[in-house]
Amino acid sequence: MKKMYLFIALAFILAGCSGNWGWYVVNPTTEGGFVNLKFLLSGLYYTILTSLVAIAISILIGLVVALPALSKNKYLRGINRFYVEIVRAIPILVLILWVYYGLPQVAGITIDVFWAGVIALALSDSAFEAEIFRAGIQSVDKGQYEASHTISLNYLDTMRFVILPQAIRRVLPALGNQLVYMLKMSSLVSVIGMEELTRKANELVVTEYRPLEVYTILVLEYLILILLVSAAVRRLEKKMNTGN
Amino acid sequence: MSSNIDNQIICVEKISKFFGSFQALKDVSLSVNIGQRIVICGPSGSGKSTLIRCINGLEQQQGGKIIVDGIVLNDSSDSLTKIKSRVGMVFQQFNLFPHLSVMDNLTLGPMRSKKITKIDAEALAMKYLERVRIPEQASKFPSQLSGGQQQRVAIARSLCMEPAIMLFDEPTSALDPEMIKEVLDVMSELANDGMTMICVTHETGFARGVADTMVFMDDGEIVETAEPEKFFTKPKTRRCQDFLDKILHH
Repeated sequence: MKKMYLFIALAFILAGCSGNWGWYVVNPTTEGGFVNLKFLLSGLYYTILTSLVAIAISILIGLVVALPALSKNKYLRGINRFYVEIVRAIPILVLILWVYYGLPQVAGITIDVFWAGVIALALSDSAFEAEIFRAGIQSVDKGQYEASHTISLNYLDTMRFVILPQAIRRVLPALGNQLVYMLKMSSLVSVIGMEELTRKANELVVTEYRPLEVYTILVLEYLILILLVSAAVRRLEKKMNTGN
Repeated sequence: MSSNIDNQIICVEKISKFFGSFQALKDVSLSVNIGQRIVICGPSGSGKSTLIRCINGLEQQQGGKIIVDGIVLNDSSDSLTKIKSRVGMVFQQFNLFPHLSVMDNLTLGPMRSKKITKIDAEALAMKYLERVRIPEQASKFPSQLSGGQQQRVAIARSLCMEPAIMLFDEPTSALDPEMIKEVLDVMSELANDGMTMICVTHETGFARGVADTMVFMDDGEIVETAEPEKFFTKPKTRRCQDFLDKILHH
């Protein structure tokens, strides 16, 4: 499957090269093309950094938001529902714009592009993480809580040592999905000017007037990045499943 | 049942339990002395499991009183915490932690709730693994063990908390026939060592050999309480007789 994608992409590029298109803008053997490619690739740093920081924060928020959903108390469950429904209803792009332009005014703080992007992505994703964790935790057998009860574990220890390790193993594929999703959604923070892959591509298009060639490289950049991440997630899954 | 107040370790007084509109327990009272070995039997849905689950706080009773080892079980989490640490429980489905090795299954409770060091907890775990005769399985995971071995690990896990009372909720019902004996043997040894036990089980051989008191429950009530010999040979009530006919002659 992976090979096939790469083959199609390659065929596409080669077909373009033979025509009268402008592949020279990204041809690494020419000096100009090399500089352009380096410029495009330099966006990788912020794409990866933003995504990783955002997913880490969103997993933490997701976990904290998921726990009240499992409570017997209906008000606690209500808090969870309220958060998930509200956050899930806001488009990511809208949230990014609001956090960057609106939040500083509301909260009276200055917020730079990086943190605005990270916060917006993390908040937006956290509702999904919360639902994933809720499903994962609910899938753990009731007997595990009862066994924890009989060996006198308190709530936090029960969660930390018994329930969550099992739940996380089960939701790992879903968490991997969210990471891939996050890498893709991070392209949206280009609108507030974060110098990530998409922003770099947009800037190059403006100076070179070669959207097809530049955006094709952009597609390949995301493709390769995400295929690598998927492979890493799958390896992690395998590793965590030995022992079960 | 002879009950001497000084010796009493569990006192259940007129407890009731409802699941929705279904009444699982109807004013049930039970007194257990130190060292007493009670076997509870009865048809399914008669409230046996619910009764012992109330004793360690897995279910909350509605009405009535439960006192375990001098501690009154009430809504305060403090009383529940104390009682939990005095009462061990073994389940029909073992309920081992599948992501932890046998050793980690055993040391988790002592290390987290009793704040025992890892070294001491492991020594304790080995002691009880030897007692249930599977010390060589310490580094394996539950899924690598047979059902009988898993249940013995579960017993050892409870013993690691050094409880005053052990509750067994149909400990052999999920086992293949050839594995039942190894679990019952461990339970018999435990009884011989003087452990106070309440067992919900239909293993009549075990009941005759180990129990000093039989309790028959039906429809949320304790119908009959007797010594095993009398219980099995001359049950007083019709309901008990019917039940015994079913489990003894098949």
